[in-house]
Amino acid sequence: MVNINDVLETVNMIKQENLDIRTITMGISLFDCISDDQKRLENKIYDKITKSAKNLVSTANELEAKYGIPIINKRVSVTPISLVGAGCDRDGFVRLAHVLESAANEVGINFIGGYGALVQKGATKGAAALIDSIPEALATTTKVCSSINVASTKAGINMDAVARMGEIMKETAYLTRDNGSIGCAKLVVFSNIPEDNPFMAGAIHGVGEPDTVINVGVSGPGVVASAIKREGFCNFSQLADVIKKTAFKITRVGQLIAYEASKKLNTPYGIIDLSLAPTPAVGDSVARILENMGLERCGTHGTTAALAMLNDAVKKGGVMASSHVGGLSGAFIPVSEDAGMIEAAELGALNIEKLEAMTAVCSVGLDMIAVPGDTSASTLSGIIADEIAIGVINNKTTAVRLIPVYGKGVGESVEFGGLLGHAPIMKLNSYSSEEFIKRGGRIPAPIHSLRN
Amino acid sequence: MKAVVTVIGKDSVGIIADVSMECAKHKVNIVDITQSVLKDYFAMIMLVEIEKMESDFAVFQKALGDLGTSRGLDIRVMHEDIFNSMHRI
Repeated sequence: MVNINDVLETVNMIKQENLDIRTITMGISLFDCISDDQKRLENKIYDKITKSAKNLVSTANELEAKYGIPIINKRVSVTPISLVGAGCDRDGFVRLAHVLESAANEVGINFIGGYGALVQKGATKGAAALIDSIPEALATTTKVCSSINVASTKAGINMDAVARMGEIMKETAYLTRDNGSIGCAKLVVFSNIPEDNPFMAGAIHGVGEPDTVINVGVSGPGVVASAIKREGFCNFSQLADVIKKTAFKITRVGQLIAYEASKKLNTPYGIIDLSLAPTPAVGDSVARILENMGLERCGTHGTTAALAMLNDAVKKGGVMASSHVGGLSGAFIPVSEDAGMIEAAELGALNIEKLEAMTAVCSVGLDMIAVPGDTSASTLSGIIADEIAIGVINNKTTAVRLIPVYGKGVGESVEFGGLLGHAPIMKLNSYSSEEFIKRGGRIPAPIHSLRN
Repeated sequence: MKAVVTVIGKDSVGIIADVSMECAKHKVNIVDITQSVLKDYFAMIMLVEIEKMESDFAVFQKALGDLGTSRGLDIRVMHEDIFNSMHRI
């Protein structure tokens, strides 16, 4: 018989510590939908998605009941649309975004990702047209998420794309100005984009993936925070051990759900993404984990070291628990989605420079950070370039999801609601990056010998 | 197929009787019971066989959930595999 303490521990994790499966994401390849006729392309995309993901939501609900663990999001990621609709013009791409939205509504999922392009070395005509279409596409849909890969360790940084993405962010913020510039919350700029990431806004179904696949993202920052608190004062070796054990348990649940979902949906299982993904709910915060380690506030000196250890220990525990690990896998630090981060930012303990340093040791990047609406496109591009450079040089994924909130300045805050939370507008460096960004071209790929 | 019923809350007379009755109503066989009472805090887990259950899993789950609500207890029914996979290598 299962042990009573184990049962109570699991129930407590779910009931008190917000343990959940953050997402079951079905990856769907749209390559077989390609057509030179716009209407035909649209129909084929709609049919492929609605047919493949028909039972996704009902299966997730069934598993949620069977195992008693909440499954928060059901999502779909598709082949980057710039590849599927390579022949489309700007308006053609906007129409494809609407097709994705209707397909998402039909199958009842929360988000659909993949309205994106891979332009790390340069943009095809199709990719450039898709990028041009992003502001309108995001302003006229609610479930479509867009991600653009502007750099990789092998290709270097496409600075033309970095410059363009600053402008696109501004435009998206303007077009969704009535809703706190929320369009930007669905747009993320990547370096080294993973091809199997189940989390939004960056989920795509990569070109090397099978026809359809099930990827699962687990969560559970609250569980880790509580475990650390329960352990009390101990040294870092012991602390790492506590985190590893907890991450193991969390991941095992993800593995079970992924395996079952894959069986029920008759779709191969891809990966488990071992991320600690916070929500604005009390007790579901990555910042609180760092604070439970002994930092007075997230963002103070020591935060980068604490996060580095957390991220590494989560991976070590999770890898043992799952047969296939992928996606972003690590700790997320989205400011608006994390009650502890919001508080730290409001108190001035956490600023964008510290966040940038933190992204060098964790799994994503500058995420869900609200900045003043009058920030220039070149300054946004400067922030993107900095963050992307960290990823390229360190051979890791980094990403930028900034919200230049139209009409708001430092000292004000913006409310997105739901899982996206709310955020104080962060102060940026007031000096210009314009001449730097204007140069264009590419920053060459880094050398990977002579590492220092 | 086995499921685990967990009952957590303030102790009172007849909790086990009520839960067992509900199980019997749905033709759910109780395989094992463990319980502990710490001060006034009652925690019980029941391993039940649901192979021959006459209603849907969701219906059984809701029936016990409602019973819990009416008695001020938290009653959950979860498939045993979630515990096995989480706590055993």
